[in-house]
Amino acid sequence: MIEARDLQKSFGTQRVLDGTTLRIETGEAVVIIGRSGGGKSVLLKLFIGLLEPDAGEVLIDGQDICRMNERQLLQVRRKFGMLFQGAALFDSMTVAENVGFALHRSRQFTDGEIERKVSEALDMVELPGTESKKPAQLSGGMRKRVGLARALIYQPQILLYDEPTTGLDPIAADRIDRLIIRVSERLNVTSVAVTHDMRSAGRIAKRILMLEEGRIHANGTPEEIFKSSDPVVHAFVNGISEDQIQGTPSGKRA
Amino acid sequence: MGRWLCGMGRIALFGREVLSAIVRSRPVGHDLLSQFYFIGVKSQTVVLVTGAFTGMVLAAQTYFQFHKVKMDSATLAVVSVSMCSELGPVLTALMVAGRVGAALAAELGTMRVTEQIDALRTLATHPIDYLVVPRMLATTLAMPLLTAASIAVGIAAAMAVGVGFLGVHPAYSWNNMVRYTAPEDVVMGITKAVVYGGVIALISCYKGMNCREGAEGVGRATTEAVVYSSITILISNFFLTLFLNRMLQVS
Repeated sequence: MIEARDLQKSFGTQRVLDGTTLRIETGEAVVIIGRSGGGKSVLLKLFIGLLEPDAGEVLIDGQDICRMNERQLLQVRRKFGMLFQGAALFDSMTVAENVGFALHRSRQFTDGEIERKVSEALDMVELPGTESKKPAQLSGGMRKRVGLARALIYQPQILLYDEPTTGLDPIAADRIDRLIIRVSERLNVTSVAVTHDMRSAGRIAKRILMLEEGRIHANGTPEEIFKSSDPVVHAFVNGISEDQIQGTPSGKRA
Repeated sequence: MGRWLCGMGRIALFGREVLSAIVRSRPVGHDLLSQFYFIGVKSQTVVLVTGAFTGMVLAAQTYFQFHKVKMDSATLAVVSVSMCSELGPVLTALMVAGRVGAALAAELGTMRVTEQIDALRTLATHPIDYLVVPRMLATTLAMPLLTAASIAVGIAAAMAVGVGFLGVHPAYSWNNMVRYTAPEDVVMGITKAVVYGGVIALISCYKGMNCREGAEGVGRATTEAVVYSSITILISNFFLTLFLNRMLQVS
């Protein structure tokens, strides 16, 4: 379970999160939507301890990770897998070395076991036979799928997706969405994705949270969010720019 | 001044973290060897060329002055003491700072801006254990070896120039060189090389790991790594010389 309480985070004079409070139950598939630069990725990085909040708490299975040092955080991060916006593959390594990285580091598996698990993970993301390729030889969508294989090989309990479909063509984006759904169902993990791609959000979410001005502005099922009459949610879902909206955010929930 | 002090403090804290990581972590042999190959073996050419030409020019300049007072056979002794205690370690360190320091800062900086360091952290791997410790150990181990090679080649090149072109007597020169070069001079040079290896790796890894966003950030981190490493080497050389002279009681 992930719980955030009254999170505050600023970069210089820019306040990104301003009292964000939310709760994600074990096994849920949640998508956090919001405008670009609105703090979605920051929120995701706070969940896994890559950033530290200025104030507030992040509880992972009841443990407050904000008071932990980097070495204590490493233990907590074993529960997590994360897919980065740009995949963040290690460009000096092959696909197989990238995917098997965590297993090699754990020193608990033989080379043969790692090879088999890497092959299984690559099969799961529909990239068999790419073990010896370098990240530079892969397309954007393939890189994201390798990033996903790297994140799920050690069977984490929570998977975080940072803009999983951004920059991909609709076909590649659909493939990633289907993979996320399949991984979520087959491995029974808690999935948290941040995106501004509403089509993708509608497909992969069981619940959608909308982040607006540093707070959770709306919280509901995809149907509720898509049918919301809240002007801010409606404008975002339908892609209506500010100059077409009459009035200011009401703070009303979906 | 405040920012400069803050920067020094951060590097000191980073150094403490690296030292504690060296004690606690078990670097993978393959990582250490590949870094040693890149930092040590691949730096040999540039370091040996630097050592050779420094020895040669020092031999020529010393000979031109000493010849006026009929002290030709002391030429090699001056070259040897200078190369062992000062020029060998300092010039090797400056060349390694330029080649290796820039590469370390650029590599780690690029990894940071492309979120590869964050990816390491999400894979339950401490970036200092995985990235900094092997680079730190490899640089600290490679520097004394490179320095020793540079000194040896510098002296050999000086001997070749002195005997071959300038007409210095080989036996007298060799005798004077061995007589006036104390083991303490060699110990001083190698000790300095170890310290400079640590300085180069520490500053360059710190700059890379804390680089700002974008290509500009990586460029700046690379430049700062080379400039700060070089300045730190030159300044600390003065204090190290005084300290080591006292410690080793060099006459």
